[in-house]
Order: sequence, then structure tokens, then C-alpha cells
Amino acid sequence: MSGMSTPSVIPIPRLRLWLLTVPVLLLIAYLVLMDNGAISQTGAYLHELMHDGRHLLGVPCH
Amino acid sequence: MVRTLVVRGLLLGLLAGLIAGGFAFAFGEPRVDSAIALEEAHVAHDAHGHDRGEEELVGRPGQKAGLFLATGLYGLAVGGIFALAYAGLRGRVGPRSEGGLALAAAGTAFVAVILVPFVKYPANPPAVGDPETINSRTVLYVVMVLVGLAAAVIAVATARRVTAGPWARWTAAALAFLVPVTAAWTLLPTVDEVPEGFPATLLWQFRLASLGTQLVFWTAFGVLFGWVSDRAAGRARAVPATAATPI
Repeated sequence: MSGMSTPSVIPIPRLRLWLLTVPVLLLIAYLVLMDNGAISQTGAYLHELMHDGRHLLGVPCH
Repeated sequence: MVRTLVVRGLLLGLLAGLIAGGFAFAFGEPRVDSAIALEEAHVAHDAHGHDRGEEELVGRPGQKAGLFLATGLYGLAVGGIFALAYAGLRGRVGPRSEGGLALAAAGTAFVAVILVPFVKYPANPPAVGDPETINSRTVLYVVMVLVGLAAAVIAVATARRVTAGPWARWTAAALAFLVPVTAAWTLLPTVDEVPEGFPATLLWQFRLASLGTQLVFWTAFGVLFGWVSDRAAGRARAVPATAATPI
């Protein structure tokens, strides 16, 4: 029993498969924060919809 | 195990994103409205300007609803990535308690990924910024985020090599963080696209609201993630104890 002072360490091989979700999550963040139609193919629509969020989350926006 | 952490990060990230959206709606939207009003006054004054006007894809009410969609999805994505970093760090690096690690990691993330880029390339309201330079400004911003992340990794790695006591360790960590960050602040090109006559007070208030939005997000997320993780750890310790108790 490890007790309070040592939380269980997750072995790296068990993490590896989950790292595949990182590109998906980065893609979501990109579409929300930066896409201007190049990847979403929606023209300026995503830009316009996310407009206020981009400004207030602090990323460059037009 | 990893799955639990990732789901926790996604859901609490979404929740913290919506909370930050509420802050942005209350304190940021009035500044955005003021900036857009100024922008439109300018466009009406001299025909060229940027193309909001006749055919808007998304109107202002839609953009205000979109604010919550943006901060919520941002929180979801960031929360998932945070959870994976947390899963890798736990028991290896940083505070030993679950809640302590969550707070330390969220605080570090705010400083490295938000504050460091903000100091060099602060947030701008609508009407500030040349649409022609959006690509280069975005690249510079991402570079600054990566510098902040790399500096945090270097700082932690440095601190772990110092064995001369806590003060020496903290000093080494601070220097290892500030040297690359200050170098990037100094060497990367400056962006200054605030138009002539744009009210300084409005710019300042907008930037405060923007930084506040991120501060609310990272505080809410760190506290929620730490609280839930501490509770889960408490339950996990309680289970073997009760299982061993003869009934």
C-alpha cells in the first residue's frame, strides 16, 4: 500500500496509445482559435462564429 | 486509469471553459462592442476598412453565443491535453499530492502558455490589427507559446539537478525559465498595429478582460481538476480498507 505520499505512477507504454488523441485535440484547438477556412473549408464562417472567443482568449484575430 | 484522467480533463476543461466564457461575456463583451462601434464609425467615415457590413456571416448575437462555444471547446481540448501531461507527470515530477500537482501544473501552464506570449503579443480588440498580417502574427504567437512551454520544461529539468537546497533550486528554476523567455521577448519582432487615435483606456480594459478570461479558466480548471483528483484518490485509498474489514 503506497499511501498518500506516493500516487501511482502510470507506466509510459500505457500512456502511448492515448497520445494519439493529442493531434485530434490540437485540431479542435486550431479550428476554434486560428482557422480562417484553410482546413475547415467553411470560408470565414468559423472565424466569424468564434470571433469574440478568439479576441478574448488572446489569440491574434484579423 | 489514463482513460479516467482524460475524461476528467475533457469534462472539467469544458466546464472551466464555460465559466471563463461567463467572465468574458460579462467583462469582455462590452469592450468588444465598443471597439466594433469605433471600427464601424471609421468604416462609415472612409469607405475602405475591413469587411463587416452588408452581408455578415454571423451577426453580433451569434458571435456572443459563439463566445461560449469557443471557450467551451477550447477548454475541452486544453483539458484533454493537460490530463495527458498530468498522467505522465504524476508520481514522477512535482508535488506528490494529486491536488497539489493539479494546481502546480495549471499555474505553470498559465504562466508558460498564456502570460509569456501575452507580454510579447498582447490580445487586441476588433479594429486593432491589420488583416494582411494575420498569418505572420499567428506564427509569431505560436512561437512564443512554444518558447514558454520549452522554458517551463527546461526550468523543471534544471531544478531537478540542483541538490543544494530549496532556495538554490528555486533560483535555478527561475533563471532557467527567464533566460530563454527574455531572449525571445527581446529578439522576436515587435507587432504594433494599434491605429492612430484608438482609445488607450479601451485597449487596456480589453487586454485586462482577455487576460482575466484566461486566468479564470486556468484557476477554475486547476481547482476543479485538483479537487476531483483528490476525492478520487481518497476513495481509492478507502476501498481496500473497507474491503479488508470483515463484515
